[in-house]
Amino acid sequence: MARFTPHTEGDVREMLEAIGAGTVDDLFADVSPKFEGELDLPPALSEYEALSDVEGLARENVAGLPIFLGAGAYDRITPSAIGAITSRGEFLTSYTPYQPEISQGVLQAIFEFQSVISELTGLEISNASVYDGANAVAEAALMTARQTKRDPKVAVSKGLNPRYREVIETYGVVTVELPFEGGTTNFSDVPDDVSGVFVQSPNYFGAVEDVEAASEAAHAVGALAVAVCDPVSLAVLEAPGKLGADVAVGEAQPLGMPLLFGGPYAGYMATRPEFVRQLPGRICGETVDKEGKLAYVLTLRAREQDIRRARANSNICTNQALTALAATVYAALMGPEGLRKVAELSLSKAHYLAGRLEEAGFSLRYPEAPFLWEFAVELPDVGKANEALLENGMIGGLDLGDGAMLLAVTEKRTRGELDRFVEVVKNAG
Amino acid sequence: MLGSLIRDKGREGRRGYTLPKFDVEKVGLEKVLPKGALRKEKPGLPEVDEPTVIRHYTNLSRENWGIDTNFYPLGSCTMKHNPRANEAATAVPGFAGLHPLQPEGQIQGALRVMHEMQGFLASVSGLPAVSLQPMAGAQGELTSILMVRKFFEDRDDTGRTTILVPSTAHGTNPATATMVGFESEEIGLDEDGCVDVEELRGKVDETTAALMITNPNTLGVYEKNIAEIADILHEAGAFLYMDGANVNAIMGRMRPGDAGVDVMHFNLHKTFSTPHGGGGPGSGAIACSDDLAPFRPDPVAEKDADGYHLVRPEKTIGRVAGFHGNFGVFLKAWNYIKMHGPELKDVTDMAVLNANYVRARLKGTYRIPYEGLCKHECIVQPPKGKKALDVAKGLIDHGFHPPTVYFPLVVKEAMLIEPTETESKETLDDFVGAMLELAESPVEELEEAPVNASTRRLDEARAARKLKARW
Repeated sequence: MARFTPHTEGDVREMLEAIGAGTVDDLFADVSPKFEGELDLPPALSEYEALSDVEGLARENVAGLPIFLGAGAYDRITPSAIGAITSRGEFLTSYTPYQPEISQGVLQAIFEFQSVISELTGLEISNASVYDGANAVAEAALMTARQTKRDPKVAVSKGLNPRYREVIETYGVVTVELPFEGGTTNFSDVPDDVSGVFVQSPNYFGAVEDVEAASEAAHAVGALAVAVCDPVSLAVLEAPGKLGADVAVGEAQPLGMPLLFGGPYAGYMATRPEFVRQLPGRICGETVDKEGKLAYVLTLRAREQDIRRARANSNICTNQALTALAATVYAALMGPEGLRKVAELSLSKAHYLAGRLEEAGFSLRYPEAPFLWEFAVELPDVGKANEALLENGMIGGLDLGDGAMLLAVTEKRTRGELDRFVEVVKNAG
Repeated sequence: MLGSLIRDKGREGRRGYTLPKFDVEKVGLEKVLPKGALRKEKPGLPEVDEPTVIRHYTNLSRENWGIDTNFYPLGSCTMKHNPRANEAATAVPGFAGLHPLQPEGQIQGALRVMHEMQGFLASVSGLPAVSLQPMAGAQGELTSILMVRKFFEDRDDTGRTTILVPSTAHGTNPATATMVGFESEEIGLDEDGCVDVEELRGKVDETTAALMITNPNTLGVYEKNIAEIADILHEAGAFLYMDGANVNAIMGRMRPGDAGVDVMHFNLHKTFSTPHGGGGPGSGAIACSDDLAPFRPDPVAEKDADGYHLVRPEKTIGRVAGFHGNFGVFLKAWNYIKMHGPELKDVTDMAVLNANYVRARLKGTYRIPYEGLCKHECIVQPPKGKKALDVAKGLIDHGFHPPTVYFPLVVKEAMLIEPTETESKETLDDFVGAMLELAESPVEELEEAPVNASTRRLDEARAARKLKARW
């Protein structure tokens, strides 16, 4: 206990004296109702004992095997340099940069994050990040309603990650479903009272969607077009801003964040300058100090809860500064060519696996749909296939519950693993 | 150095990372993707080598203060030391490499962490049910109020349109009420800085859904009438929600559930000392009564004879996160609680001792708007004629991160000081010394501060007027 709290008995005595209190208990004289018992918690452990428990529990998980799960979180390479930077105490143990004179490090890192997101999405204004991809999507849904002054109602399809859709609905936004045909969405008949039209590309089943068609459909009914994009895909796919999207959002986890059982990740959000006042979350901007020196500061604060209270455009308070920093360092290390190679490696390996599975007699769920590194394959018994894969030291794909398995192939998978995957699935029958 | 961007340190063709070679045939993008979908111009990302990346971000970090470098008494934010064992816990490969959609049989260790953590928070709060999913305090608030709304919808009680919020509340409280579709109405304070019970009694009726109370409140004052407040709300069929931002002041001394709180959130990054990371990630777990438990976000961890399971609460509000919340953060908080056990009470005691000590030392020079005991933080006002902002900037030149200033809004020139329990008496004495010195400093001198930081004071208006938010 004492290792985190420095006071000696003598310190406590002197301090109580300065306060004019007899005992520490006296400092709680105002507390009612008092809790007189002992907290029902296991006895305190030393660091060594606590971490031994962590190691023990980690062994009850299955990890460290080749993994074919994706569906919103991807097993990508995380360069060692990222951890070296994010574990710097000056970043790790700081808070929201309310005092810019002593927070230029975090502020410039946020500015660089925003720049990376702008470059990838082709949209001028990015925020400093939000909790995760699902929340970026839900915040975008609310944003479309504020901007269009319509009731929050958005058009989505089965191509939108169902977890994202659930969060949208939790936030009180109505969703209307567009037809999903052959692995992609049909945007030809969008209802005219929606505030936003969502297009996820690559979509939940891995297929590349027509973002331009979605944008045109949205604009035809006076709605905003929201593109939901895996940032790695934007190394090779056209920037959504160039295809007419008004807002681009997504999950930044593939940019150098470990899987860590679902979080912490970071959601990104970018938009056109004319919609910036409806963009939620922190925004870092450039300015100068009183001597004219370039500096960074949180700006457009009048949108936010601590200034505007009940009239704020969101209740959001923090961003995900540390994971956003990880994404920024990742983008810097990879550069445009490295990110492109991550995409090409993943795509080549995924297409290799899809080809081998087809040769082995399995059908792709959507054979006509163009895909990058995620696709659904039909199997006679997905559960049995996943069991066989686990027995052979692999973690299979996501059971879609309707006779298909959703597979994600990243740059980490080797040809040997892909061949073994096909063998095992084939033998599982 | 400062302001020089990573992209400007690059040159076309430089690389910061080597990827594995192709071991399958490289597939041409144009062969498998429609031409219109392909990117025409490469994104303008930096083209830099690893040494440059490391030096750039290391130097950036040196322009930033953290708890590791400076005393950081930022009121309401609980900037206490972050034990490094917690960081080690999340680096263990069996957790770091775990995918959130792996089948239950493969994630028993992670589910046990979640289940135990739910139990720990139930013990601390005195409330039976927990959800770890909300990813920040503000999202914990939102989740709680969504649950309240769903509870009334479920009973066809459609007349509950108002959320009451004390004037001391964090800005997230009224913003949350609005997001969920309620009107928020403000409640004033009594002379001790607590919720005015008589005013509350007059405002609570059959249109009230809940009161959002922070306890201790943002003045650092314990809400002495909390049990009575709970009774007033319950008699009207409404709920008492507690913003748990300040639970670090009451752990082991008081359990909100015993006082009649129906639902509350924790800031795991404050109370259980997971790093704030420059503004996140945090974790805003909630605890609630049996009445509200069926409405918790989907899923929660449960245990039976076969092991641990992820279960969808019967009348859930739905998901508030893509997966299970910020697992890495609650793994750290779980480890922190395991290293403290029932001694969490000592953490509370020392935090409260430190705040009362700082206040006692500043009294006489700084004005103390509320004279009673404070809890984990204290509110002071600079001597007449001095501005809180100027004193705050002056502290920077003394090597101290400023306290929160101009919050809560009900105190003019407020300085909200939260020393936390991890600071020594020597540090507190040095801080007090600087504060006393600044109280005597000429205004003209203070207005120039800081002079020893990365920058002088910034032109914040210009940033908004000429928005430039990217390179």
